Amino acid sequence: MAGSGTAHLRPAGDALLRVEDLTVEFPVGRNRVVHAVSGISFDIVKGETLGLVGESGCGKSTTGRALIQLPRPTAGQVTLGGSDLTGLDEESMRILRTKAQMIFQDPISSLNPRRAVGEVVAEPMHVWGPADKNAQWEMVSSMLEAVGVDPDSARYKYPHEFSGGQCQRISIARALVLEPELIICDEPVSALDVSVQAQILNLLEDLKAQYGLTMVFIAHDLAVVKNISDRVAVMYLGKMCEYSESDDLYANPAHPYTQLLLDSLPIPDPGIQLQTDVTDDGELPSPINPPSGCRFRTRCDRADDVCVQLEPTMRRVSDDHFVACHHPLVAVEEASVQISPASVIPGGESA
Amino acid sequence: MTSDAADQPVLVVEDLRTHFLVPAGAVKAVDGVSLSLQRGKTLGVVGESGSGKTVLARTIMGLNIAGNAVTTGSVKYGGKELVGRSSKEMKQLWGTEMAMVFQDPMTSLNPVVKIGRQLVEHVRVHLGASKAEARSIGTELLHSVKIPDADERFDVYPHEMSGGMRQRVCIAMALACSPDVLFADEPTTALDVTVQHQILNLLGSQQRNHNMAMMLVTHDIGVVAGRTDEIAVMYAGKIVEKAPTSALFNEMRHPYTEALLNSIPQTTKPKHTRLSAITGRPPDLINPPSGCSFAPRCPYARPKCHEEEPQLQAAGSSGHEFACHTPVGSPAAKEAFEANISEGLPQALVIAGHGIASEDDPTVWAS
Repeated sequence: MAGSGTAHLRPAGDALLRVEDLTVEFPVGRNRVVHAVSGISFDIVKGETLGLVGESGCGKSTTGRALIQLPRPTAGQVTLGGSDLTGLDEESMRILRTKAQMIFQDPISSLNPRRAVGEVVAEPMHVWGPADKNAQWEMVSSMLEAVGVDPDSARYKYPHEFSGGQCQRISIARALVLEPELIICDEPVSALDVSVQAQILNLLEDLKAQYGLTMVFIAHDLAVVKNISDRVAVMYLGKMCEYSESDDLYANPAHPYTQLLLDSLPIPDPGIQLQTDVTDDGELPSPINPPSGCRFRTRCDRADDVCVQLEPTMRRVSDDHFVACHHPLVAVEEASVQISPASVIPGGESA
Repeated sequence: MTSDAADQPVLVVEDLRTHFLVPAGAVKAVDGVSLSLQRGKTLGVVGESGSGKTVLARTIMGLNIAGNAVTTGSVKYGGKELVGRSSKEMKQLWGTEMAMVFQDPMTSLNPVVKIGRQLVEHVRVHLGASKAEARSIGTELLHSVKIPDADERFDVYPHEMSGGMRQRVCIAMALACSPDVLFADEPTTALDVTVQHQILNLLGSQQRNHNMAMMLVTHDIGVVAGRTDEIAVMYAGKIVEKAPTSALFNEMRHPYTEALLNSIPQTTKPKHTRLSAITGRPPDLINPPSGCSFAPRCPYARPKCHEEEPQLQAAGSSGHEFACHTPVGSPAAKEAFEANISEGLPQALVIAGHGIASEDDPTVWAS
């Protein structure tokens, strides 16, 4: 799987964020390298939400962090609003970071326990906001109100006095207070109860409408991702398997891995026969020495010699649906049909 | 509550209460729960964090060893009363008669002991096996929970395994002495969706093979839907609805059960479907609200709900019980919902699609 290729990208001018052939590798000693992300390409237009989904270890969080150059990717391009972030020096990057903010998974540990909430949310203001403290507080309090936290009672309270859901609201307020163009949400609801999860998902949708946010939403739960995303990218072991408009992805999954993920979802309806005979007992192979060709082939029942030798590239299923698979579950156009004129990288860099 | 009346329940819990005494008062974590477990059947226990589901499982097993826990009521296992027994007496039952699989497979294994030794130690204590026998039993157990290369994996440390593999080891450990009752406390919450599916399938097949009674505790009503015979929904330390699984989903009566189900995003709905979140937070268990404890968050609440606590009552189909004055689908609920909307009650407005559900009830921060 795991495909390379940029067939799914839209013309360069349209996108707020454009990521091409993003590669992140971590050296782990003895000349070994963890191939965390290997040649991912995607783009997001303004006001769109892209869901990144996959199992733990598939590189989705690393991708999210590499977008804001934390750490800087090993190779590839990240273009945000016309400027290429990978080529920027530290100071220009520091200025540009105000345009891309992040929300993390664990709401409690992402807030400083020894700082009052008013201070936590105002911190970005101290660096970038108006000098006047009252003007700062006005912006902070309106943001807290927008996320459903009472600003006056929360101002002097500490994070431990709030529940997980409220801490996540506060993190969201902190991320939004500088009015960024891009929000990267790294599993923002995984640590929350279903009822609180629903509140936060609704809140993110409201804020998106209110502030015209563009979001990258990283999660391992396909149902959550479908609910919030306009488009979804399915990742496996550092590669992208499938990229699609979200309703279509769930209606017509083209990649065997997407199908596996969907079959694994618990369905809150006892009338539906569970796929208890799904034979997959596989584990993610090591990203230090990923399988050759398609990286999913070790767990795929459709895999054959082609999958061992050749890495699949992105192929078009329909206008908004692309898959990187030699034996997809639905009909696709031939690999030669490339929408984007952008360079196609044949094969992966990994062995 | 028994779907097969001929079968004697293996475990009967009656009016079980666990209160934790703290300076501010008694935290009523489990407050009058009655249920029974049948051999070969699975009971799902569902609720939010803090609803008392984990404490319930731990209380039944006698694992609440905190000094401030006060347990009353009755837990009868094979006719013998378990409440009031000391840990020393309970130890004879742990592992051999009842066992538990915990949420976090990393913290429930000893990180500095090889998994084989942890498994064998357990087998040796309970079955009195020799070292060599224990090793072969251990390898077989690892094999039975589908750990590849069981023989080699016997000598690895927990950190060398993935979360899913560690949870398999925990399941193997729990099953080592063929217990009659297995408690699985959020066994898949820390795991990926594909691994969750594998682990739940494994638990199901082991339960059938060993003909055990199983109690599956989870916050995800989707997890229990296809894998249980009966479901108990807990809220604020009490069971608010209990029914055979299909009856629960087909004739849902309690507003909390409905709210739990509706707050889950579903892949069958189009993208950007608005979720009906539950307004507010679970109540303070030291001073729970008077009347129905869900009333402050309930879109169908009437004045009566705030005054009089509803008792479990039988619903239409057999074995279906719920505790509510305005059950879902009743004319009373419809009337109350309309009244609440016209009064501008936040929880009703949120269901109707207006306003943001906030945890700070009763205020709604208008969007």
